[in-house]
Amino acid sequence: MTADTRYILKFEECHEDCVALVGGKSTGLGSMIRAGVPVPPGFAVTTHAYRAMLGNGGLEREIAEILEGADSDDVDGLDAISDKIGAKIIERPIPPAVESAIREGYEELVALCSGPNGSDTPTDSLPVAVRSSATAEDLPGASFAGQQDTFLWVVGIDDVLTHVKRCWASLYTARAIAYRMERGFAHEKVYMSVCIQKMVNARSAGVMFTLNPINGDRSKVAIDASWGLGESVASGEVTPDNYLVDKIAMKIAKRTVSLKAIEYRAIPGERRVAKTEVPVDRRDAPCLSDDEILALSRVARSVEARHQRPQDLEWAIDADLEPPNNVLLLQSRPETVWSDRDRVQVSESNHSTLDYIVANLRTGVRLRPAELDSAESGGVH
Amino acid sequence: MTETRFPSPFEVPTPEGCEGWEDLYPYYYLFSEERRELEESKFWFFDGMHHPDVLYPFDTITSESWWVALGEMNSRVYIVPPALGIDHRVLNGRLYISANAITDEEVVGARVAHFMERAGYYYENWDELYAKWQDKARETIEELKAVEVKPLPEMEDIEVVRSGRGLTSAYDLLVAYNRVIENMHKIWHLHFEFLNLGYAAYLTYFGFCKQLFPDIPDQVVAQMVAGIDVLLFRPDAELKKLAAKAVELGVGDAIKDGADPEAVIAALEQSDAGQQWIAALEKAKDPWFYFSTGSGFYHHHKTWINDQTFPFAGIAGYIRKLEAGESIERPFDEVIAERDRLATEYAALLDGDDLKNFNDQLGLARTVFPFIEDHNFYVEHWHHAVFWNKMREFGQIFVDAGFFEEVDDMFYLHRFEVQAALYDLIASWGVGTPARGPGYWPKEVARRRELFAKLSEWQPLPALGEPPEVVTEPFTIMLWGITTDSVRNWLGIDAGEDADYDLSGFAGSPGTVEGVARVILSADGLGDIQDGEILVCPITNPSWGPVFSKIAGAVTDIGGMMSHASIVCREYGVPAVVGTGFATQRIKTGQRLLVNGAEGTVKFLD
Repeated sequence: MTADTRYILKFEECHEDCVALVGGKSTGLGSMIRAGVPVPPGFAVTTHAYRAMLGNGGLEREIAEILEGADSDDVDGLDAISDKIGAKIIERPIPPAVESAIREGYEELVALCSGPNGSDTPTDSLPVAVRSSATAEDLPGASFAGQQDTFLWVVGIDDVLTHVKRCWASLYTARAIAYRMERGFAHEKVYMSVCIQKMVNARSAGVMFTLNPINGDRSKVAIDASWGLGESVASGEVTPDNYLVDKIAMKIAKRTVSLKAIEYRAIPGERRVAKTEVPVDRRDAPCLSDDEILALSRVARSVEARHQRPQDLEWAIDADLEPPNNVLLLQSRPETVWSDRDRVQVSESNHSTLDYIVANLRTGVRLRPAELDSAESGGVH
Repeated sequence: MTETRFPSPFEVPTPEGCEGWEDLYPYYYLFSEERRELEESKFWFFDGMHHPDVLYPFDTITSESWWVALGEMNSRVYIVPPALGIDHRVLNGRLYISANAITDEEVVGARVAHFMERAGYYYENWDELYAKWQDKARETIEELKAVEVKPLPEMEDIEVVRSGRGLTSAYDLLVAYNRVIENMHKIWHLHFEFLNLGYAAYLTYFGFCKQLFPDIPDQVVAQMVAGIDVLLFRPDAELKKLAAKAVELGVGDAIKDGADPEAVIAALEQSDAGQQWIAALEKAKDPWFYFSTGSGFYHHHKTWINDQTFPFAGIAGYIRKLEAGESIERPFDEVIAERDRLATEYAALLDGDDLKNFNDQLGLARTVFPFIEDHNFYVEHWHHAVFWNKMREFGQIFVDAGFFEEVDDMFYLHRFEVQAALYDLIASWGVGTPARGPGYWPKEVARRRELFAKLSEWQPLPALGEPPEVVTEPFTIMLWGITTDSVRNWLGIDAGEDADYDLSGFAGSPGTVEGVARVILSADGLGDIQDGEILVCPITNPSWGPVFSKIAGAVTDIGGMMSHASIVCREYGVPAVVGTGFATQRIKTGQRLLVNGAEGTVKFLD
């Protein structure tokens, strides 16, 4: 357990021994950043903040009183208890020191995200995702699976502060209370941390594999990319650009730029995503620069190395962030089609190098463009 | 409508004023009615890589030498299953060549066992045989140097009588001429002793990499076998050493860019330090200044040993860089570290037979590669620099006898004509009557010179006849880079209007660069190149070494992934697109270009 007593920690400051302080989600993000995996930036509101909110035992005692005699099988009773505790937490003002720490954290995030790409996000309204993350003091590894709340499109500091409180209050949902009682966790030994993360404002996004999905060639990264958020690629509504990168030499081996007529874009003011037409001048333009293609490939390589098996990744280029920090990894999962198969051998067994040389000499190199043959068979001379 | 073939050699008109050009060349070089059917059935391409200029009649000897030697090794020595030799013809003064394939599968199959035995022996004993080869190459050059070309005396020395020799200076001169010609053929036999096999092994490794890792960039495949301590870079390395030496001795100021080498040496002789530097220079010259600024295939390609302007400019440039605190070392360690990293990481993706084969083939490619990279220095540079100078000794004898006005006029005669002139000369010496030569050759040379100038104006067609479906001759593929794409390019089948480039070729050396073009048609123009320009030329030559530290990119008309241009540009880290076919025709000096050496494309920005 670290001696750190700060109320907020940036993701990159969330080390493995901070898990009791910031929860599993932020710790995981921190370790990804340190491993070179670029995730959307943000910060954790630590359990110190939660405990400061509880005050010098005052609120803690009140909660303990409300919880007295709770029965984990009495659903209605637990709901009433949950409402009562929730109201107490929501009503209670955030201690000034905690509030100013969160305010500072959000302002810093806004400053970081006033990127170069003509971002249309006003500086005071950066959309973030706010997630709760419960931790048990004596059981830092305990899972509180399925109990994390996530609030998307939280915009502006007031909204952020409100949702931090809602996360804190979510420690006492009926379900969470029952879970702890059933497993014998002491309620007062479980705290709440909050994870605040920038919402992706994708200029371009898509998926990539750390191998060539067409032939299983593991020396490649295959990137499908289109304008805006990744939905258009995932749903198949556009034919994405396709880039094939040799990840060992880190060279772009092949690029196929397609016509991309629609895109999904975030509309922060309306807290939603909208499907729009891509302006004509961008439609058949590559949606990634060479630098971005290579940056994505490096990310793919490092994630694959981290998991020691081929990966299927979702990514975005964030319009609010400066390069090289604008390349973001959104999701990684193991690739399953080729990874589980044995490599198909190219070699003929018992073929010596000399056999290959003879075979290669006999094959030669095709010289006549194929269209000449077809032109000829059509009688054109 | 798309053309599917190039013009027949019989359809190509003689340029105006070039009538009678055929007289300049031996009869067997010409397209002729007797062989018309055969010749029209074949695909011929212009060998601008080795013979970019109009062939001087005498200089056909280099073409003849490799015409014979390459073919013999394929067809009669190693029995390459599907490939015989490469045929040569001259059209309007330009060399066209055509690979001779065996298409009958039965015949090809019958050759396999012989090839396996013969080529197998060389692959297995490569290092030992190559060590022997280096000795043979040096011996051949020494034999050439040892040939004495002596003028005919008024009266034979008394020793001829006293020793009972019975032979004369005229006989010696005739023998000397034959020895020099034989020596040329000898070095070219050696040239091809290993090269065909080296290319075959390399191409197989290349193809296997493409099978294992489809779309692996060509350069990366080449990078994995990139040479260590390549001989072709030694001359440039020697210039760097001389530059460092000059700085160390404090005589750097005396060697200014553009200064006359003789004046520089005269000035340096005045001081001890200067004399020390001159001693270092003399030591470096043999053999490293036997280096052509062209392909070495022509007598007029300047060599460092004959004209020190170029090496001196290089030394001066390096001195300036050293004085400015810049490093002039090539990143050798990085090249090697990267080559090994690539090989290790690709191998890590393989298992089973593929892993074994990859390692075996990479191993063989690395074994054969030093020869592929180094033979060129021994033959085209070192040997030929000596050869052309040796021929000039004969030229001087002819000038003294009134056959020619200038030594180099002799190169307007082909080698059989020179032998005939030699006979004319010795007969007149023996008989004591005037030779016909002085009355005959000056007029004839004047006529040929004019013809030659007119032929030089003709823009050679990239190819003649109908492209075959498949090429199996290893050189055609590897060295000239003749592929479906190059043929498509030559036929004017464009990439289409959507393409984001104006000219395409081979991805010779990676990197993208934007800059101003400098079109250079021969080594003489190298002095015009400014820092940061993009060199546009028919081909580049390794002896242009110092230029590569100046230029930002290179675009050539001719060349494949293993052509000198590609090798040297990769070594120097200069982006290059090679084998574009038309760069020197389509690009003008001063034009802004975007060169993409990874994709092999050039875009015109204005």
